[in-house]
Order: sequence, then C-alpha cells, then structure tokens
Amino acid sequence: MLRDITLGQYYQTDSILHKLDPRIKLIGTFWFIVALFLVKNFIGYAVALLFLAACIKLSHVPFKFIVKGMKSILILLLITMVFNLVLTPGRELAHLGPIKVTYEGLTIAAKMAIRLTMLIIGSSILTLTTTPSNLTDGMEKLFAPLKVFKVPVHEVAMMMSIALRFIPILLEETDKIMKAQMARAADFESGNLIQRAKSLGALLEPLFLSAFQRALDLAMAMEARCYRGGEGRTKMKPLVYAHRDYAARAIIYLFVIATVVLGRMNIGL
Amino acid sequence: MNIIETKNLVFEYIRRDENGEAEGVTEAVDHVDMQIQQGDFVAVLGHNGSGKSTLAKHFNALLLPTEGTVLVTGKDTSKPENLWDIRKRAGMVFQNPDNQIIGQVVEEDVGFGPENLGVKTSEIWRRVEESLKAVGIYEFRKFSPNKLSGGQKQRVSIAGVIAMHPQCIILDEPTAMLDPNGRKEVIRAIRALNDVENITVILITHYMEEIVHADKVFVMEKGKVVMDGTPREIFSRVEELKKYRLDVPKVTELAYELKKSGVPMPDGILNTEEFVEAFRKATRR
Repeated sequence: MLRDITLGQYYQTDSILHKLDPRIKLIGTFWFIVALFLVKNFIGYAVALLFLAACIKLSHVPFKFIVKGMKSILILLLITMVFNLVLTPGRELAHLGPIKVTYEGLTIAAKMAIRLTMLIIGSSILTLTTTPSNLTDGMEKLFAPLKVFKVPVHEVAMMMSIALRFIPILLEETDKIMKAQMARAADFESGNLIQRAKSLGALLEPLFLSAFQRALDLAMAMEARCYRGGEGRTKMKPLVYAHRDYAARAIIYLFVIATVVLGRMNIGL
Repeated sequence: MNIIETKNLVFEYIRRDENGEAEGVTEAVDHVDMQIQQGDFVAVLGHNGSGKSTLAKHFNALLLPTEGTVLVTGKDTSKPENLWDIRKRAGMVFQNPDNQIIGQVVEEDVGFGPENLGVKTSEIWRRVEESLKAVGIYEFRKFSPNKLSGGQKQRVSIAGVIAMHPQCIILDEPTAMLDPNGRKEVIRAIRALNDVENITVILITHYMEEIVHADKVFVMEKGKVVMDGTPREIFSRVEELKKYRLDVPKVTELAYELKKSGVPMPDGILNTEEFVEAFRKATRR
C-alpha cells in the first residue's frame, strides 16, 4: 500500500533537458512561474504555452506521463474555477437560482486554470528531468552566495539528500510496523477520526524511535568517513556550465521577457 | 610494525536508572592490551555485551579511552589533531547496511569518503571504480542502494571505506543482519581485500565460521581479552569457548566429540577437508 507512493518523479530517458545543468532548470522554472503571474492577457499565455510545449517536446517525457501527475491537483483546480466563476461580480452571463455566472468570472476562472495547469506542468518538467540528487546539488550551488549571511547552505542540501535517501527506507519500516501491529490485532482502518488518530500512535511511536536510532547510526557512519561539513570538500560530480547551458539560459530569458511584454500589453483580451 | 596498539585501555560508562540517576560504572572495556600488525587479518570474537564493539569504536577514535592509550599507526587517538588522520587510515564498517549508506546512487555513496577528504574529482572517479571492482559490485554502480540485497549493500559500505585508501579496515559485525548467502559474499570480499590489497582487517563478529581464515583471534568476555591465538589454537580449547557461550564450527565440534569418545582426532580442526583427512588417518588403524 505504502509502496505505491512514488517519490521524486524522475523519468529516466535521454534528452537535452536531462543533460542541462540543474541550476539552469531551477532558474528557468522560477522565471517561468514569475512570468505566469505577471501575464494579464491571453497572448501572453499563448507564448508561455508555446514555450512549455517546446520544453515537453525536448524532454522526451511522454505527454501521458506528465498528465498523470496532474490528476492529484484536478480537484483543487476545479474548486478554484468554480469559486472564481460564481463569486466574481460583473456582467451576468447566466444564472441558476441565486447562483450567478459572470463574464468577468468566466475570464478569471479560465486564466486561473491555465495559469495553474502551466505552473504544475512547468515545475513537473523540472522534477521529471532532474534526479533528486542533481536537484539538491543545483540548489546548494545556486544558494551558495547566502553563506555570506551564515545560511547553512551545504548543511541544508545534505539534509535534503539524506531525507530523500531515507524516505523509502522509512516507508518500508512503516509498512513493517503496521503489519506487526495488525498481526497483534491493531486496527488502523475503521472507527471514527479520533479512534484512528489514537491507533496511529502505536505506529508513530516505534517509527520515531527507529528513525532516531537510524539518525544516530548514520551520524556516526558519516563521521567515521571523515565528514566534517562542507569545508574542504571536493565533488565527485561537480556542476560545470557547458555551452548548451549558456544557450539554454539565453533562450529562457528571451522567452520569459517575450511572455511578460506581450502578456501585459493592453489589447483587451 | 603495529598498526593498532592499545595499552591498558579502559572504557567506562555510567549506568543510569530510569530517572537518569547514576547507578554505577560499567567497564565496557577493561584493561585491554592488544597489538595488531600491518597486513594481518584479525578477528575479535565475543558474545553480546562482551565489549567487542566498544573496543572497535576506539580504533578510529569514535570513542576515546577513559584510561590508557590507543595508538593507530603510532598516533594517539586522544589527541584532537590526529583525529581525521586516524579516521582516514582506519576505516570502519558498521552492522546495519541501511544506516551507513549516504548516497542515493551506489557510486555516489562510494565517492562520499574521498569527497570528504578533498580528493580531486578525476581521482575520486578512479578510486570509486577501483573500489567497486575490488568488492565485485561494479555492475551495480548506477543502482539505488535500496534496490540491492543486504550482502550487496554491505559490500557498498566496504567499497566506500576502501575508496578512502585506508591502511586498516574495522568491520563491526558486518554480517549480523545478513542471510547466509550475504554473509558469504561479504566475508569473501573482506578476505580478498586482505589477500590482494594487503589491507589490515579487524573483523568483529560472533560467528565462528568467519574467524577460520584469520591470522589471529582475540576472544572477549566482560570487557577483557580472555583468549588469544591462531584460530587453530582457539578452536582446540572447546570447553573454554563454551564457558564464554561461544560455539565452535560444526566440524570442530564433531572432531572434539569424537576425540572425547576415544577416536584419536587432532585438536582445532578448521574445515571439512581437514576433518576428512584426519578422520581417515584416525580410523585406518
């Protein structure tokens, strides 16, 4: 049951987007999202969509696979749309009893849906084409200047990558504890909310204990292997910008600027 | 040359009751003098709570002595300036393979130690390849550690240590959580390191079969070294071993029982071939 949860939805294939430096992909995703929020008309969205479609094509990730990831936010999307549709005041288009659908509501709802969908797809392209360890490496390097302000950038990145390494192990452990408790007649699946929460205690307590034990063991193992923080450490897989990374960065900036400029023009759409 | 030497080593910890009040002092390691030579395969044997793991943690300065000294390649572990040098020279492999693998990909984990030492990138790759080949898991280098069996994971841990180019590797019950096949894989890898790479191996274990190939065996009980010698010498003292709640390998025990009931078998039989040979000789007359 718990095994079904897929983490870090990395899609293994060979593409230019997979080869791109994670820093470029992070920066690109960031500006793409910013642009989506600055855009005001449908032309801007069209440009953004073009950019997104090109990225999907280049990523070699099957479109179906990307859409599958959208299912989880479908409900959120629908709720947002419905609220925008019925709660925006303005020119009336149709009404059902006291519920009124306005022209403005329809535009806002449509824009909101487009924006959210593109946002989710855009960021899933990042996680689909970048391995978790590559992603943390990229973040570490990207935020490295913050070290000046005593932000523990290396430590946070190390914690993230250790967390990613241990999530499957802890999931497996949860499964094991659950089965052990069920074998002793614990009931996790029936009863009201309070009863269920109570029975979860029997699960969480041993899980936390073992997580702490693991943490202690791991800390000792890391020390035994001469780990002493980021100072003086070299990298097995250092991040170095290649020509394609500079090219990609230029293209991303061009597209983002184009999207924002066109998207903020006053053409009444 | 002695790669590891302990002089009068004592490690005490304070026992506490449920309220955290001190109840008394336990000497987990009690006046141990031990010399381990470069290139040797040494086994430390003992029952649970005999102090063998505590002793092992002194060999790369994870624990510091309460009394006495530990010298690793002649360097005192209690001096902070020696710490990283000692840990580089004396690598350590622990019991639970899951709790000592840091990387999300096998090769990245093996590279973790060299990265910490500040080794050049190209050299890291060379060392990773070489270490993975030495323990025979090179073909799994791109795998996630979660996809490997216990024995394979433990070999990843060993590769991670040898990539740091230590002179000595300490294995603290590396096979305790493995199935018989995994145990064999790991022991084979350890022996190869000792034979081929000439790395000093200190194997902490309670499995008798694993010490058969050792050059020297120490038996611990209640923090003290109670027996030491070659495996053959140790296995000749069956009664004494039983006193320390340790079992001898099945063939050794059989030979011992035969001898007790009058068949003239020699002491300290280590494997089936030896047994067959000796048994033929003994029954020919």
